[in-house]
Amino acid sequence: MSYLLKRIAFYVFTAWAAVTINFLIPRAIPGDPVQALITRSRGQMTSEAVQSLYVLFGLDKDASLVEQYFTYLGQLLRGDLGLSFTYFPSPVSQVIGDGLPWTLGLVGITTVLGFLIGTALGTGIGWRRGSWADALIPVTTFVSSIPYFWLGLIAIALLTGPDSFFPASGAYDGGLVPNPDPQFIGSVLRHGILPAFTILISSMAGWILSMRNMMVTVSSEDYVTVAHAKGLSDRRVMVGYAARNALLPNVSGFALSLGFIVGGTLLVEIVFSYPGLGLQLFQAVGAKDYPLMQGVFLIITLSVLLANFLADVAYLALDPRTRREG
Amino acid sequence: MTDAVLEIRGLNVDYGLGDEAVHAVRDVDLTLHRGEVLGLAGESGSGKSTLAYGLTRLLPPPGVIAGGEVLYHPDGGAPVDVLRMTLPELRKFRWAETAIVFQGAMNSLNPVHRISSQLTDVIKAHDPRSTPASRLARAREMLRLVGISADRLDSYPHQLSGGMRQRVMIGMALALEPKVVIMDEPTTALDVVVQRQILRQLVELRERLGFSVVFITHDLSLLVEFSDRIAIMYGGRIVEEATSADLYRDPLHPYSHGLLNSFPALRGPKRELTGIPGSPPDLRAMPPGCAFHPRCPHAMERCGVEVPVLGIPGDVRSGHDAGANEPAPADRTVACWLHPVHDDGL
Ligand SMILES: Nc1ncnc2c1ncn2[C@@H]1O[C@H](COP(=O)(O)OP(=O)(O)OP(=O)(O)O)[C@@H](O)[C@H]1O
Ligand SMILES: [Mg+2]
Repeated sequence: MSYLLKRIAFYVFTAWAAVTINFLIPRAIPGDPVQALITRSRGQMTSEAVQSLYVLFGLDKDASLVEQYFTYLGQLLRGDLGLSFTYFPSPVSQVIGDGLPWTLGLVGITTVLGFLIGTALGTGIGWRRGSWADALIPVTTFVSSIPYFWLGLIAIALLTGPDSFFPASGAYDGGLVPNPDPQFIGSVLRHGILPAFTILISSMAGWILSMRNMMVTVSSEDYVTVAHAKGLSDRRVMVGYAARNALLPNVSGFALSLGFIVGGTLLVEIVFSYPGLGLQLFQAVGAKDYPLMQGVFLIITLSVLLANFLADVAYLALDPRTRREG
Repeated sequence: MTDAVLEIRGLNVDYGLGDEAVHAVRDVDLTLHRGEVLGLAGESGSGKSTLAYGLTRLLPPPGVIAGGEVLYHPDGGAPVDVLRMTLPELRKFRWAETAIVFQGAMNSLNPVHRISSQLTDVIKAHDPRSTPASRLARAREMLRLVGISADRLDSYPHQLSGGMRQRVMIGMALALEPKVVIMDEPTTALDVVVQRQILRQLVELRERLGFSVVFITHDLSLLVEFSDRIAIMYGGRIVEEATSADLYRDPLHPYSHGLLNSFPALRGPKRELTGIPGSPPDLRAMPPGCAFHPRCPHAMERCGVEVPVLGIPGDVRSGHDAGANEPAPADRTVACWLHPVHDDGL
C-alpha cells in the first residue's frame, strides 16, 4: 500500500511540474499573442477592446509573474484554460470539450478493442504454435509496420469518392445537428468506420505479435508443463497458466497506449479531418493559438500520467511479485 | 516379487525428425513395481528427464516418441498403453494415476497464482463434483503431510523458500493419491540437509500411502540410500539395473562402477573417489558399439562394434542368498560385453 502512495505522490509531483512548465513556456516565448490577434482582426479593434483582451488573456503587465502563476493555478482548478484565438471568444475548455468526445470515442474505443482482439488472437496463435495459424505472422508483421496514417491515406484513396458509402472527412454529415437520433448516430458510425478500422488494424497487429511471442515464451515455462501434467483442460492451461502470465508485459504497454489516445493519433484525425483533439492541436499550431495549444498539451500530459498510474495499478493487481507485502 | 504398475517397453524418444533427429532415449525397457522406489541415475544428458517426459507424454517440442509402449496397470484392471490414450483419457490419467515432480521444481509453481488455487485446481479438474470447501480441506491436508503450515495456502510462490516450494510440489503430486509418482531431481537445488529431510519424508509417505516412485538423480549415493532398485542410464540406454544393495556392493557395468566412485559413500567402507575419465557422449555422434567404450577402462575389440543388449548376466553369481553356482537372480540386468547375457534367461 505504501508503494501505491509513493507512486501517487510521484504522479502528483509530475503533474504539478507539467502544469508549471505549461505556465512558463508561453511566457518565455518572444512575441505577443494579443498582438497576433489584433493583426488578424486587421485593425478593426478599439483600444478598449485591446486592453480588455490583455486582461482576458491574463497578460496585463501589472501583475508580477508570481501573481500570474497563482491566478493561473486558480483558473486551472476551475477548469478555466483561457480563451482560444481561433475560436475567439470561446474558452479553450469549451473548444477542448467539443473535440475530446470525438477523440475518446474514435481512438479510445478502437485502442481498447484493438488490444482485446489482438491479445485474444495472439493468445490463440501463440498457443497453437506450429499450426497453420503461424502463416498469419508475416502478414501481421507487415501490417504492424505500416504507419496507421498511411493506411488511412490508402483507405481514403481506395474507398472514398463522390458516390462511395464512406465519407472522406468529418465525424457526421454537415447538415445534421448533434443529437441522439438514429439519423445522426448512423451518420457518426458511417463516418467513423474508416478511421476506426485504420487504427484498429494497425494497433491490433502489434498486440497480436507481442502476445504471440509472449505465449510462445511462456508455453515452455515449467509451470505450464506442470499444468499439463496435472491433467487440466487445454483451455484452462492456455488461459489460466499461459495467457495469464503472457499478458503481464502487455498490460503496461496497453496502459501507456491509453495515454496516447489523446495525443498519439493526431495524424489519423488530420488524414480523415476528424474533429477530435488531434485536429484541433494541428489547427492551433497553424494559427499560433497558444491558449488552445497549452490546453491540449495539458490534457495530453495529464492523460499520459494517468495512464502510467493505471499501468502501475494494473501491474500491482496482476503480478503479486510486485506487491511488497508485510 | 511384487507386480508391475508401470511397464516401459522398447521406448524410443527423439528430438527432431528425420536425419536431424537426436535419439535421446533408445530401446528402454523398465518396470516399476507396486510400492517400490526405483532410482534412475546417470550423468547429465543421459536422457533421464527425456525418459520421464516421454512416458508421461509431456515432451517439449521438438521431442517425439519414436516407438515403444508404456503400460499402466490399474488396480485390478487390464493394462493400458499410455502412449495410445486419447487426449481426454490422458487428461484423466495424468496426476490421478501418475503425478510428476519436475527437475528444478523451483519454477513449477505459477508465480501469479496463490498456492491454494494451484493445489485445488487439480482436484477440481479430476473431481468436478467436489466442493470448494472440501478441496481447500484437502489442500490443507496435503501441506500438513509435507510439513508446511496451512496458513501458507494464501501465499504466493515467491513468498516461499525453495525447500517449501519443493514440498508444495510433492504435496501437490500426492493430492489425488496417484499410484505412481515420478520425481525428476526434485531436490538438486537444495542443500544436503533439506534434501535428505525431504527424501526421508517421501519414503515415509510412500510406506503410509503405498505409491511407487521413480526417482531420478545423478547422485547415486542418494539412490543407494533411499531406493529399492536402481537403473543406470548412459547415452539414452539403460546399461544396468539391480537392487540398490546389489548395485552398491557389486556394480557390473564399468560405468556404474565409475558413477559409484564419483560420490563419497555415506555408509559402509570408504572408497577412493576416482570418477569417470572423459565426458558424456554427443548424442548427435554416438560411438558405434557400446556407447561407453571410449571411456571404458575394460574396453575390448567387440565393444566398439556390437551394441551389448540388456539382459541377465550369465557369469555373475547372485548376491547374498543364492548358491555359488546359480546364475544371477532375474532382477538384475546389465548391458556389457564383460558380462554376456545368460542364455537361459532369453
Ligand atoms: N529440446 C531438445 N532438443 C534437442 N535435444 C535435446 C532437447 N532436450 C534435450 N535434448 C538432448 O537430449 C539429451 C537428454 O537430455 P535430458 O534432459 O533427458 O538429460 P538428463 O539425463 O535429464 O540430464 P540432467 O541430469 O542434466 O537433467 C541431452 O543430450 C540433450 O542435449
Ligand atoms: Mg534432467
